[in-house]
Amino acid sequence: MIINHPLLGPRDASEFTYLGDASLIDRPDGMAENAADAFYDYAYLRDNPAGEHQELWYHEAGDRSWLVVTRNTLTHEISKVELARDVARARGRSK
Amino acid sequence: MHDLVAKTALGGSEPRVDTVGSVTCTEVPGVALASVAARRGKETQAQKALVKLIGAPAPEVQRFTGDQVLAFWSGPDQWMIEAPFDSHEDLADQAKAIFGQTASVTEQTDAWARFDLLGDGINAVLELLCQLDLRRFEPGYAARSSIHHIGCFALCRGTDHVSLYGPRSSAGSLHHAVTTAMISAH
Amino acid sequence: MTQANRLSGGQIDRDTTLNFQFDGRSYTAHPGDTLASALLANNVRLIGRSFKYHRPRGLLTAGSEEPNGMVELRSGAHKEPNTRATTVEMFDGLTANSQNRWPSLRFDTLAVNDLFSNFLSAGFYYKTFMWPAAFWEKLYEPIIRRAAGLGSLSMQADPDEYDKGFRHCDLLIIGAGPAGLMAALTAGRAGADVILADEDFTLGGRLNSETFSVGEQSASDWATQAVAELSAMPNVRLMQRTTVIGAFDHGIYGAVERTGDHLPSLPAGKPRQILWRIYCQKALLCAGATERPIAFENNDRPGIMTASALRTYANRFAVTAAPRVAIFTNNDDGHRTASDLHAKGVKIAAVVDVREDAPLSYDYEVLKGAQVVNTKGRLGLSFVEVALPDGSTRTLDCGALGVSGGWNPSVHLTCHQRGRPVWDENLAAFVPGENLPVGMSVAGAANGVMSTHGALRSGAQAAATALNLATLPDLPEAEDAPLAQTPFWYVQGCKRAWVDQQNDVTVKDVKLSYQEGFRSVEHLKRYTTLGMATDQGKTSNITGLAIMAEVAGKSIPETGTTIFRPPYTPVPIGAFAGRMIGKEFHPTRLTPSHHWAKERGAVFVEAGNWLRAQWFPQADETHWRESVDREVRQTRASVGVCDCTTLGKIDVQGTDAAEFLNRVYANGFAKLAVGKTRYGLMLREDGMVMDDGTAARLAEDHFVVTTTTANAVSVYRHMEFVRQCLFPDMDVQLISTTDGWAQYAVAGPNSRKLLQKIVDPEFDISNEAFPFMACGKITVCGGLRARLFRISFSGELAFEIAVPARYGDALMRRLMAEGEEFDVTPYGTEALSVMRIEKGHPVGNELNGTTTALNLGMGKMVSRKKDSIGSVLSEREALTAPDILKLVGLKPITPEDKVTAGGHLMNVEGPIDAAHDQGYVTSVAYSPSLNSNIGLGLLKRGDERLGEKMRLVSPLTDLTVEVEIVSAHFVDPEGERLRA
Repeated sequence: MIINHPLLGPRDASEFTYLGDASLIDRPDGMAENAADAFYDYAYLRDNPAGEHQELWYHEAGDRSWLVVTRNTLTHEISKVELARDVARARGRSK
Repeated sequence: MHDLVAKTALGGSEPRVDTVGSVTCTEVPGVALASVAARRGKETQAQKALVKLIGAPAPEVQRFTGDQVLAFWSGPDQWMIEAPFDSHEDLADQAKAIFGQTASVTEQTDAWARFDLLGDGINAVLELLCQLDLRRFEPGYAARSSIHHIGCFALCRGTDHVSLYGPRSSAGSLHHAVTTAMISAH
Repeated sequence: MTQANRLSGGQIDRDTTLNFQFDGRSYTAHPGDTLASALLANNVRLIGRSFKYHRPRGLLTAGSEEPNGMVELRSGAHKEPNTRATTVEMFDGLTANSQNRWPSLRFDTLAVNDLFSNFLSAGFYYKTFMWPAAFWEKLYEPIIRRAAGLGSLSMQADPDEYDKGFRHCDLLIIGAGPAGLMAALTAGRAGADVILADEDFTLGGRLNSETFSVGEQSASDWATQAVAELSAMPNVRLMQRTTVIGAFDHGIYGAVERTGDHLPSLPAGKPRQILWRIYCQKALLCAGATERPIAFENNDRPGIMTASALRTYANRFAVTAAPRVAIFTNNDDGHRTASDLHAKGVKIAAVVDVREDAPLSYDYEVLKGAQVVNTKGRLGLSFVEVALPDGSTRTLDCGALGVSGGWNPSVHLTCHQRGRPVWDENLAAFVPGENLPVGMSVAGAANGVMSTHGALRSGAQAAATALNLATLPDLPEAEDAPLAQTPFWYVQGCKRAWVDQQNDVTVKDVKLSYQEGFRSVEHLKRYTTLGMATDQGKTSNITGLAIMAEVAGKSIPETGTTIFRPPYTPVPIGAFAGRMIGKEFHPTRLTPSHHWAKERGAVFVEAGNWLRAQWFPQADETHWRESVDREVRQTRASVGVCDCTTLGKIDVQGTDAAEFLNRVYANGFAKLAVGKTRYGLMLREDGMVMDDGTAARLAEDHFVVTTTTANAVSVYRHMEFVRQCLFPDMDVQLISTTDGWAQYAVAGPNSRKLLQKIVDPEFDISNEAFPFMACGKITVCGGLRARLFRISFSGELAFEIAVPARYGDALMRRLMAEGEEFDVTPYGTEALSVMRIEKGHPVGNELNGTTTALNLGMGKMVSRKKDSIGSVLSEREALTAPDILKLVGLKPITPEDKVTAGGHLMNVEGPIDAAHDQGYVTSVAYSPSLNSNIGLGLLKRGDERLGEKMRLVSPLTDLTVEVEIVSAHFVDPEGERLRA
């Protein structure tokens, strides 16, 4: 597989480490009232789509960027690769 | 002046040199390194300080610039700086003095072992070692990839000269991989 | 023996004679020969015995599709079984042996299997060896293994070396026949980066096997000239002897280059083969086509082969399989073989053509509308029986029969990404479908374009399309004959007619499969093993499918097709391993004191990729325990030094560094003073402990974090995840400094005194100035920058000192020299482990992914005043229930009794079973401080059960020991020593 790194261009997937569903970015607030339920969902519940899937890859043997890769689980086609930091900010994460 | 004697990454007193055919692999211990990462919101100032430090424009992604003090891109708003060890053993302190609060600076001198591949036909060696596209290896190119599962930086200093930086603790394995490939290719 | 079957011409170098051996007999050959052509030249037709029935077999083909002509090549550890003689390039001194025969090839005792063939039909093993189950291992399997199978292994490690490599190009062209060469010329002349790979040692494909001309030249001369032009192009890389074995995701291709297989022996350090990973924007498959045989009774005798193979042997290798040859065909191409052989002076017994309208010849007899119905000959073909259209039969006297049933495009690589080929009615063959691997196109015979001119044209066009070129090069004149064939798969009424010769599958087996309900192609394959041998059915799949279709009364496309998978041809496991074998399987990391430790005679242990000193034996010590006990005693009595460089070190800087650590550690870090160190517990988000370590605050905005050796990489990755994905606007920067600093633990009551001898005098490291958990930047030995941490893993007064790694060797030697007056000892990981167990410090055995802070007695450390990773889920009901496991110490009642890690704790009374399990032992050691074996364990309500007696049981090692539950802090529970 080739992951087209947004900064570095195409790189072999063997340089990357896979983590999982990009919903892991959406970490709930641990101090909130419903934290226990929210963290149960966050830690254990995943969609398993046959088709486009957003997932987290880490460029371990490269620039150490975390990436959000949009990959079709049926065809392996990768339609989008973004810096996870940008995605996290776009989803409202900050400090 | 302290009285402890340095060892090279391979454990010798003198740098190791291996030649196979037209290609030479030289251990290069005489280099000081420091990592520089811009502080949040200080990216522009950090870049300006970097320009001042290296006396050249800041390197683009996957490039290096500078001469005696040289910087190569290592991540977003992050660089590695390199200078001769003898004159810059305290490179991190020197750099911190220039960067101040615009960047975090960390000494990296002994975190890495450097091997320089020199000579005609180094590409035949490199293609057995790393998956980087060698067509992009032109002077000023700097990239990180892995060689036999060892995370390494490769800096292309000339068409017949590439520096490999690998973690110091893995210097022996990296050296073995490189010299094995040299014998295989030449 | 002279080369009796050698003809004139061909691409062999007659000026040089090579000697080789087959089954112990010596023969001669010439450069340019394959083992197969050389055997035929020497009139050796019988090459091996078949898989199941041990029938005599010879060559079927002249290429990599060969199902039959398998030999064991070379000898000793270099022996390689199941090597296709058709692809073995001849070299001087080659030795090969036939396989699957005993005691000899000509007289093989298991040939009796052939007489029992009625019992050995499809599904035989499934039906016969069903019960009793106990017979499988002892009786059935050994018998089957001896009887079936092909070559035998050397049972030695592969002594050859293999490389892996990586190449990039714009266009990868797979196959250097007419289409591939023309494509490469088109792309190369346009300046594209091209790799042209071909499995053969001579490029040109079928151009080397044919007698017609291309342009003004012979086909092979044109190929030679094209190769010469391509060789001169700097942007074109020719890879001969290179098989592209697979098409993988996103334009990655695997290719095996046989760099050393054609050499008598390899020069030192040179690879036998290189497994290339080729990255390309576009790929062009020009793999040609494979001729398929026709099935008829006894069609597997040595001497019966594809017609195109006979032609290749004659034209390229100047060899005929026999002086007198017959042809059996359903198409015009078969006649070409007859005329080529005739021109070379080979006697043509007749051409048997199933078509009523077959073309006639002035040179030899053509039997129109005729079929081969049987063959004779004990160890090779002697006679062919032909049924003529009038119902009469004729017997042809011939030593070889060329069979042509048409051509199958080599679509294999188009299927590797689940593409399905489609049926072409005109060709009666599958051609590549729409769903090709991304970036791949197909040209020439592989795409169903069967004429030479068509191949040249489609190669040029495909290259131009792939690279968006505006113009096409001029094409040379070449043969452009239309296809003339009548589909014909097998002769009606035949039974013992082989479809898959490698796995011994007959027409009857295919029909039986249908009768017994195994009707889907995938079931057919698995039930009969059709196409499941190492040749993946290159010469048999379509025929099997056609028979199934006919029995089912369906069309072939309705019946389906099987899908091809990588690798295209078998690849030695060694090529996949490359150089990563033995101790090079993973990189080895050495500590800064490694060379010194080696000089001291240290015994090393692997810790992840690291090699660490395990203990340092002295001359009079004969057992490891003596060394370890001494190291512990000496350290606790005076001072010891241990290299702890392997602990991960992460530099954490930035104005938000403290807050960042607050998030990743369960305990608080915001209020840690500059110059102080704190133990930190890191949780996973599910509440389990991930890792532990220390964080030293060197400045307001600068921490140095340590991790365990094992988790250094994953903790760094996790911290980057938190930084980039969870809190992207925090001002925090991370970098690993593990390798940069040589870090040594100096432990024991005299550790301060020892360090005072090397720490420069301006730095006060007295207990008042530098108390427990202090940290700071210092200099040593007259000005070398260093870091000092007053942390203790051993429980003694202890420090960790770090200097730049290049000075680590010198610092260790200095510590040993200066420590002589204190009787200093180096200590290894065993003593380290003993001392940490004596202190009750958890490590990986306890941080095993199932334990929480509460389990480890550190529940109070998890702060709920802040939101740190894992804090919420660590409070889940089941993780905080009253009877959860708690970390305890344990001591056998009899101190010498051995305790076992992994053993389980049971009450003194009651049954010993899982239902009554009370906990388990995680770590054990002999404690020289207590003169007793001791252990750490996790016990239900352990913290409330101190003093209780229990049974430690280990049914695996048949162990039951009485133990007492004690505090995990065996030594200095109040911690007075480390604060001294």
